[in-house]
Amino acid sequence: MFIQHPEGVLINPTLFAQYVVDGIRLGFVYALISLGYTMVYGIVRLINFAHGDVFMVGAFTSFYAIKAMRLHVLPAQLFPSLSPWVAITIGTVLVIILSMVVCMLLAVVIERVAYKPLRNAPRIAALITAIGVSFFLEYFSSLPEVFTSNYIIYEQPFKVVSWKILGVQISNVTIIIILVSILFLLLLRWIVYGTKLGKAMRATSWDKPTARLMGVDVDGVITKTFAIGAALAGAGGVLYAIAYPQLIVFMGIMPGLKAFVAAVLGGIGNLNGAFVGSLIMGQAEMLSAGYILTPMRDAIAFTILIIVLLIRPTGIFGEPEGEKA
Amino acid sequence: MKKRRLEFLGASWLFWVGAIAVYAVIQVLFSTNVITDYMKTVIQLGCVMAIVSLGLNLIYGFNGQFSLGQWGFYAIGAYASADITYRYAAKVSIPLDLGFATFDAGKIAIFLVAIAFGALLAGLVAYLFGLPVLKMGGDYFGIATLGFTIVVKVLADNTDTILPFPEMKGARGMVGIPRLTTWFWSFFLLVLCIIILRNILHSSTGRAIVSVRENEIAAKAMGIDTVKYKTLSFVIGGIYAGLAGGIYAHLYAFLHPSLFHFIKSFDPMIIVVFGGLGSITGTVVAAFAWALSLEGLRIILPSGAEAWRYIIYPIGLLLIMLLRPQGLLGGIEWGFLKPIEWPRRKFDTGAPSLETAGQEAG
Repeated sequence: MFIQHPEGVLINPTLFAQYVVDGIRLGFVYALISLGYTMVYGIVRLINFAHGDVFMVGAFTSFYAIKAMRLHVLPAQLFPSLSPWVAITIGTVLVIILSMVVCMLLAVVIERVAYKPLRNAPRIAALITAIGVSFFLEYFSSLPEVFTSNYIIYEQPFKVVSWKILGVQISNVTIIIILVSILFLLLLRWIVYGTKLGKAMRATSWDKPTARLMGVDVDGVITKTFAIGAALAGAGGVLYAIAYPQLIVFMGIMPGLKAFVAAVLGGIGNLNGAFVGSLIMGQAEMLSAGYILTPMRDAIAFTILIIVLLIRPTGIFGEPEGEKA
Repeated sequence: MKKRRLEFLGASWLFWVGAIAVYAVIQVLFSTNVITDYMKTVIQLGCVMAIVSLGLNLIYGFNGQFSLGQWGFYAIGAYASADITYRYAAKVSIPLDLGFATFDAGKIAIFLVAIAFGALLAGLVAYLFGLPVLKMGGDYFGIATLGFTIVVKVLADNTDTILPFPEMKGARGMVGIPRLTTWFWSFFLLVLCIIILRNILHSSTGRAIVSVRENEIAAKAMGIDTVKYKTLSFVIGGIYAGLAGGIYAHLYAFLHPSLFHFIKSFDPMIIVVFGGLGSITGTVVAAFAWALSLEGLRIILPSGAEAWRYIIYPIGLLLIMLLRPQGLLGGIEWGFLKPIEWPRRKFDTGAPSLETAGQEAG
């Protein structure tokens, strides 16, 4: 089975640490996508298959912001007195914010056009629509007039530097991804558990009709949930593109699905679960790519999912399902 | 209510006459070249999709288990049967001359053995996979089966490295499968599948299967072994998918792992939902409509605009779901397929279900 590596690789601690670090980076990107999935599922019980494509749109938006608008060097041009380090940080933040806003608007439009009219239809109808939206975003983006159907090389907004710490390569991108993801998770926790909107979201996810009776604007809450989730996916798209600088319009499918699987693994509808599930997925993928066979990474990630679901049918942090209505 | 009907091989005479008439009309159109060879393949693809979707309709439409694993069983059936004919079809040849027609009985026999083996293997895998996984409820089952489809796809990518089948050529795609699927066989097997499914559903087994969908707890309370019936419909659905995969493999004579990408596993789901959950007629009609419209778009659109196919298609999906969320035909059934003695309408509490909504429309 271990045909990829020379002998002795199994006991090489540096290599193991390298895989773990790479897995952490991937896992934190998954976490950003997965939080959006888990919130939307928690509230409307919809597997939003278009979420991965929103992630793709975020990556492409940042591509144009950098390539065509030169947004990342704008602060340096406007305020030449700023130190280059601060200027590029602000520029990158601007790129991320632009992608988040574009994704947010896109998600609101999708929600209004495709999901809202089907709120009272059978759930499968909304699922089919989500698949339709996903196809639409992919193939519409692949038109030569819109984006392109080929791979394009992404220009990173800042210089990627990597340091060797005890033989393990750690790049600044990895650190940024970890910091940004943790920041967003904390922000999201604050929104969900500390604000009025969060209270409304939790109420809506428990019982929509009752929440409506209590004066919660259910439709507004659902739209905002979609928007927040999409914004996180947009940020994830930019960070993913910086870490793996090669874009294609179909790039959202697999990360989107894996982020969803991560959400399920952790117990869907649970923010901490999505986070932990994403980290597990990232490790599973990187370690299986490293130690078993690269092509088996997807298969092993899903086998882990199936095994976890067999042991804990509602995920690691999930509460047991109630009686079927 | 209990009208005795004249039946022949499990189906009413009228059904057989209709099926033979449809077969004959399309065969004449083929022979007179009204329908091109390309459209002939598309119609056969419609048969294949109808068989996969009928299997899924049994699992999801009639038994209520949200399964996305159908495409994995399809892949298993396709690869397994293709491998058998690839190895043995060239060695078996028994030419027969009946005067009015000549055919090779050996090739047909090996074809039937191969697709039967593919179907049974898919059914066996469905049984082994279903045993533990069917205990999960609702969406979790859907995700586990989706994972199954992805695992099968990864294995198909690596048939030559991880699995010991170098002739399947892994990610390069399997070539050299004999083209043994004919219009007769694809149509005949579809008719057979329809009859078997209808007869299952009209038996006490079928009523037990439907009761699991309607209310699993109540079914259990009535003494129905829900696990058994869930497994049964999952296995039959898997067999249908494997059979369709075998027919498909010998239709295009080329298998590529990208055909079994998990995105495609939504195709039977889309067909089943379009046709109407729990409607055999609807599934068959929707399968042909799906195959013909996707290929029809290829013909209608000017050359160079094929990319627009997948832009128009999702808009169509969206419109149909918005206008008819219960599917095009709802629970409507035609003629012989009509449910004759399902008594559950008597106990209808007025709760809207997909099934009754459609039946009232019919």
